Amino acid sequence: MGIQLSEHQKKDQAAFREFVNKEIIPHANKYDSEERLPDELLVKVARQGYSGAILPEQFGGRAMDYITYGLLNEELGRGCASVRGFMMMQNMVALTLLKWGSEEQKERWLGKIASGQIIAAFALTEPEIGSDAMHIETTFTDADNETYMVNGHKKWITLGQIADLFLVFGKRRGKLSAVLMEKDTPGLTITPLTGMLGLRASMLAELHFDNSPVTKENLVGRVGFGFVPVGITALNLGRYSIAWGCLGIGQACLDACIDHTSTRKQFGDYLKNHQLIQKMIADMTVNLKAGRLLSYHAGHMQEMGDQDAIMEIMVAKYFTSKMAFKIASDAVQIHGASGCSHDSAVQRHLRDAKIMEIIEGTSQIHQIKIADYAYREYAG
Amino acid sequence: MDSSQVNNRKTRIKTFLLRYIRNYALEDDSDIFGGGLVNSLFAMQLITFLEKEFAITIENRDLKLDNFRTVNAMADLIERKS
Repeated sequence: MGIQLSEHQKKDQAAFREFVNKEIIPHANKYDSEERLPDELLVKVARQGYSGAILPEQFGGRAMDYITYGLLNEELGRGCASVRGFMMMQNMVALTLLKWGSEEQKERWLGKIASGQIIAAFALTEPEIGSDAMHIETTFTDADNETYMVNGHKKWITLGQIADLFLVFGKRRGKLSAVLMEKDTPGLTITPLTGMLGLRASMLAELHFDNSPVTKENLVGRVGFGFVPVGITALNLGRYSIAWGCLGIGQACLDACIDHTSTRKQFGDYLKNHQLIQKMIADMTVNLKAGRLLSYHAGHMQEMGDQDAIMEIMVAKYFTSKMAFKIASDAVQIHGASGCSHDSAVQRHLRDAKIMEIIEGTSQIHQIKIADYAYREYAG
Repeated sequence: MDSSQVNNRKTRIKTFLLRYIRNYALEDDSDIFGGGLVNSLFAMQLITFLEKEFAITIENRDLKLDNFRTVNAMADLIERKS
């Protein structure tokens, strides 16, 4: 099996790279310090077609294949993890609606997400519920024959501060389900969360639902199918996006280290000629190549509709998120004091990389699932 | 649909399920959800398998546990969607 990008994929990759170099990298530390993404940037991202990258053209999407979508995540991740997270979130909700939404929901929302007319967010996590998603406490009860009443509390919701539309997960008569809720729904209170370690420009928020009415036509999928398949469809794409985004973080750090060690001298010689530096550069290079192979493999399987793609995506996300944190940590080490400065990109990448080991399934949840997969695949 | 085609479908479904549910006497009417035999990730893999293997699309309206509970139920679902 060979891995070679098509001419079209190479062309897209070059366009992604140019956009990131011009529109994102010069401003990424500012986004981080100000803890927000400016509206004009989000408009530019949508105009490039990135908010609907994975959607078919009939809904205004770019209809990217999974490898091209991976390349987009890598390039955006190389520039700013929060911008990549914005793009990822739009595609997570969009893909979930495309697959499991009603025809009315698709017609009403997908074009608006793709064009950037609205911003979508995924509201699963709660103050007391992270990995244990099956036990979320938000409830959907009957207000009348046509309306659910939503009560509960969500936390750490990416883009919660600016989202127009939330995909909210809760229990309907004890069964996990999902509904769409608009931001101006009565009883919905949105509280910004700031001061996070990483992904600081992701505009997180807490959501409180106090008898928030949602008409039943906003149910996504069916009652009891909120996690499988609705939630997992979104999370699977999220993990795939993060895997590639971590390649971007790693590549950005390696590029910065190549540049720094080629220009800075200590003990009368360039840093790149010191063997302990070479060891770190070699490990970065090898791990990036390994992570890239895992990500390409996962993308190929996803593109083929292979049932094991979901596990190969978990393998890739687990590896690349750990890889990104290690590479970013070594990059700060190589840069010394300058790498610890707020002016440096590598310190931002280090903080963002840590978050990648937590979101869309912690590394520990990934280890449990991957071990389970191994016993299934390799037991005699 | 003749019986050999139905049996062929059931065999392919059982082969897939037995990759996951090892050392289990899986019958055509065994309740794979009632016995706690599968987890959420595998349930998702099952949907993906059925879509690719039998060239069907599982849609919103197909999301009923009874469509996936047994090998017989899945074979019936495939028949209806083919």
